[in-house]
Amino acid sequence: MAVHITLPESRKKSAAPDAPKHLVTPGDVITTDTGYMRGHGTYMDDDKLKASLAGVVERVNKLICVQPLKTRYNGEIGDVVVGRVTEVGQRRWRVDVNSRLDAVLMLSAVNLPGGELRRRSAEDELMMREYLVEGDLISAEVQAIFHDGALSLHTRSLKYGKLAQGLMVQVSPSLVKRRKTHFHNLPCGASVILGNNGYVWICPTVDDEKVESSGGYEQDLEPVPSTDREVIARLRNCILSLATHKLMLYDTSVLYAYEASRQYQVKDLLQPDIAEKVADDTRQRLQMESG
Amino acid sequence: MSSTLGVLSDAERLFIVHGVQDDLRSDGRACEDYRHVQVETDVVSNTSGSARLRLGNTDILVGVKAEMGEPDPGRPKEGKLEFFVDCSANASPEFEGRGGEELAIEVSNALQRIFNSRSTLDLTALCIIPEGQCWVLYVDVLVLECGGNLFDAVSLAVKAALFNTRIPTVVVTADDEGQQEIELSDDPYDVKRLDVDNVPLIVTLSKIGHRHVVDASWEEELCSLARLTVGVTQKGTIAGLNKEGSGSLDPESIYEMIESGKKVGMVLNSRLKEALEKEENSKREKIGFLG
Repeated sequence: MAVHITLPESRKKSAAPDAPKHLVTPGDVITTDTGYMRGHGTYMDDDKLKASLAGVVERVNKLICVQPLKTRYNGEIGDVVVGRVTEVGQRRWRVDVNSRLDAVLMLSAVNLPGGELRRRSAEDELMMREYLVEGDLISAEVQAIFHDGALSLHTRSLKYGKLAQGLMVQVSPSLVKRRKTHFHNLPCGASVILGNNGYVWICPTVDDEKVESSGGYEQDLEPVPSTDREVIARLRNCILSLATHKLMLYDTSVLYAYEASRQYQVKDLLQPDIAEKVADDTRQRLQMESG
Repeated sequence: MSSTLGVLSDAERLFIVHGVQDDLRSDGRACEDYRHVQVETDVVSNTSGSARLRLGNTDILVGVKAEMGEPDPGRPKEGKLEFFVDCSANASPEFEGRGGEELAIEVSNALQRIFNSRSTLDLTALCIIPEGQCWVLYVDVLVLECGGNLFDAVSLAVKAALFNTRIPTVVVTADDEGQQEIELSDDPYDVKRLDVDNVPLIVTLSKIGHRHVVDASWEEELCSLARLTVGVTQKGTIAGLNKEGSGSLDPESIYEMIESGKKVGMVLNSRLKEALEKEENSKREKIGFLG
């Protein structure tokens, strides 16, 4: 039995990890130079470019954007997302992906069980609840963005589809680093899907052949062995400690945090001081490698 | 966007249930482990006593206000405690409008129930003039964030706020005609405090699968059909007991649950006392809400 009650600690000012970023709050003047283009999170006022969000200023050539730290997910085509089905409707599922509007997964945008390629019939429509019901978690890719900002998803690849046993954690979408791949089979014995929308899925490693033979619809409902479960729990706590200390999430940072956490017990990682140590160790190691 | 709180997929639920069976929960805790608790008192200046408490993601603010009023006719020599719980819509989108009302009433009833026992708090100390005037303590609970295990967090915060409560000293004088007059001390530091040693804490035990857990996260709460809320004092006596949820419980498992509730509750009581005394004896600066 473990019960820890402490007093809150004031936030320490971390020694500036890298060059000071250009941080702004809403209304701050970013530039008075008129030669720049107005991007997301900015507006023009009296010929001055001002920030409408609190975050980091990012510049691509002449385009200036503000990337907020706390935000809902703004989807982009090709993003990998993890989402939860909230509604089964006419030829579509509604999926919560942490954006302002629920995303849509059309029946025509999924692989049918068995990998059949054909027009979707009325029977398929009636069978929709057999594939995905409310509460189910899926991984998917953003296919298109509607004019109102809602996302259209697709799962037309074997790597996407319904998720089986494992757990989901939620972090800020701005903390997920964009990479070539967001599916990682980590060497520590678990798989992680770092959804661009800030939903992170951690599950026991599945071998790809099994998935291909079942078309991604069969779920393994056997109990997960304790050793795998411990790895998953440790990864969960590591990812959350990285997120609370505002470190970017990608395969290397997650793995380094996992290694830094090895000296502690899994449940001890829930304590703020130990979580901070793990995040600090990870930050130092990443900095050393980068330069 | 709709909230994802409230539904889990079958596979996720299975993962949690198997984890509880293995005594290794999703975040690495064992069945009788609490999440990390952070508590700070005296955070709202215009109250007689206040506390803010975080238990995992659950965030509670409690303010106690002492006012003079008339005692209950049935208990003329005792003061009164009035509980009011507000589940703000900030805590969860489900609380919007009147959505949180039912839960709020449930929580305040639970508090009323455990404070009803005369051995918990000496209410006669709140009496000013028998059958005439008494102190009424208005205990206002504000739920700022809801991350599971609301009852336990609220009771911890209420106890911390009552520990922090300072009631001005009053002197009752009788004039020649036998009229009684109440005189408030001029010195703002001339106060009396409540003896909260016997105030009980609520321990919620959730039945998941064949076992029970303490301090369930919101995911775990969704997997549990039956819960037992036990009010436990520092000495290990039970001040209140309630079964909640749609499921049923075996009398034998109820006994087991009460036993472990008692065990955990006693530790919880003593740890809270240690933390509160430590805070009082140290000259630390208040962190408040900007920490």
